[in-house]
Amino acid sequence: MHVHDHSPGGGSASHSLLPSEPALRVKAIETLLVEKGLIDSAAVDAIVDQFENKIGPKIGAGIVAKAWTDPGFKQALLEDAAKVLADLGISGLGAEQVIAVENTETIHNVVVCTLCSCYPWAILGLPPGWYKSDAYRSRVVREPRKVLAEFGLELPEEIEIRVWDSTSEMRYLVLPRRPKGSDRLNETQLAALVTRDCMIGTALPRL
Amino acid sequence: MDGMHDMGGMSGFGRIPIEQNEPVFHSSWEGRAFAMVLLGFSWRRWNLDQTRSSHERFTPQQYLSLSYFERLVTALADRAIKAGVITADEVKVGHAASPSQKGSQSLGAAAVSAFLRAPRNYLRATTAEPRYKVGDTIRTVTDSPESHTRLPRYARGRDGVIVLYHGCNVFADASAEDRENPQHLYGVRFAARELWGRDGDPKSSVTLDLYEPYLRHV
Repeated sequence: MHVHDHSPGGGSASHSLLPSEPALRVKAIETLLVEKGLIDSAAVDAIVDQFENKIGPKIGAGIVAKAWTDPGFKQALLEDAAKVLADLGISGLGAEQVIAVENTETIHNVVVCTLCSCYPWAILGLPPGWYKSDAYRSRVVREPRKVLAEFGLELPEEIEIRVWDSTSEMRYLVLPRRPKGSDRLNETQLAALVTRDCMIGTALPRL
Repeated sequence: MDGMHDMGGMSGFGRIPIEQNEPVFHSSWEGRAFAMVLLGFSWRRWNLDQTRSSHERFTPQQYLSLSYFERLVTALADRAIKAGVITADEVKVGHAASPSQKGSQSLGAAAVSAFLRAPRNYLRATTAEPRYKVGDTIRTVTDSPESHTRLPRYARGRDGVIVLYHGCNVFADASAEDRENPQHLYGVRFAARELWGRDGDPKSSVTLDLYEPYLRHV
């Protein structure tokens, strides 16, 4: 039985003195693949570093902030986000298949992958645990309004909710609405308002 | 395949487990497992759909008891054994019984950034005209293959409207068997009431990306 231990080696609980079972198994597989000459542990370190420090939601937030301040860019993003990303030099990890969907006064968008956990890695990094959870994957297609309320997002009944189930290699970015009263903010300040959840569709940007 | 992975619309999983200030990886083994899965693709012995297909073959009990990263690394071992890259005995022991036949071919750290940013394109040329156009009403098939499919159970045999055309793409069902058989791909919107009957939200919809073989004229 798997026990969720989020503090191996770092906590005070006795079970954290030993690596959790998956930690041992992953170590064994890495040792094996290195011995086989198939994997370089330094490349493993480099990928972890990329996803911990370089590839993440700040990339998406910058794109959203630019769309809020530059109408031509916004139009291009909504028409062909993949091309916009390519022009920005963002490639790989699904960037070639990104589609931007816009929230409006009457429409709210939210993204899921019910079959696995497809996610626009190139612009948002790796998904949070809840995005990969059985609860989110099973429920958001069926009762999106209740699920969004659990995130603290209470949408009026007249708002249409469009759920996007990522069943192919197409990847979805929610373009949230620019918050009221943000007129004086520059692009950098605006980007700071755009959280990961705003771009999945489970939150709205707040001042 | 109608496995545990196809969970859209199921009840009983409870509240969404939201964690504030969540780290990218909760333990270092998660990051290492994930990185090895990506590096596995650099060997060019299998594709993403074959990996997904491995995930679908967990028993429901396994699927639910393993975490996301445990499933990833288990499926990696499964694929590597099937491809003959490693053996089941070696996984059990945790050491190589013999070096790889082709010798060292591992991707170095300096090549990682370019590897992650290598463009991947699923679009393919075709002479076949798309059978549907934006605005058409379609009905999804009720096929329930034992093999890989990206048509979830909850959207089978339902009427929807084409809202996007994504061009001709590598067909996931074929790709899981290492063929491409490209197909036209569409964004299809289903009203929540069509999917869930009277329990559906009157103002909601779900849009899925569906390959042409999943669709029929109404």
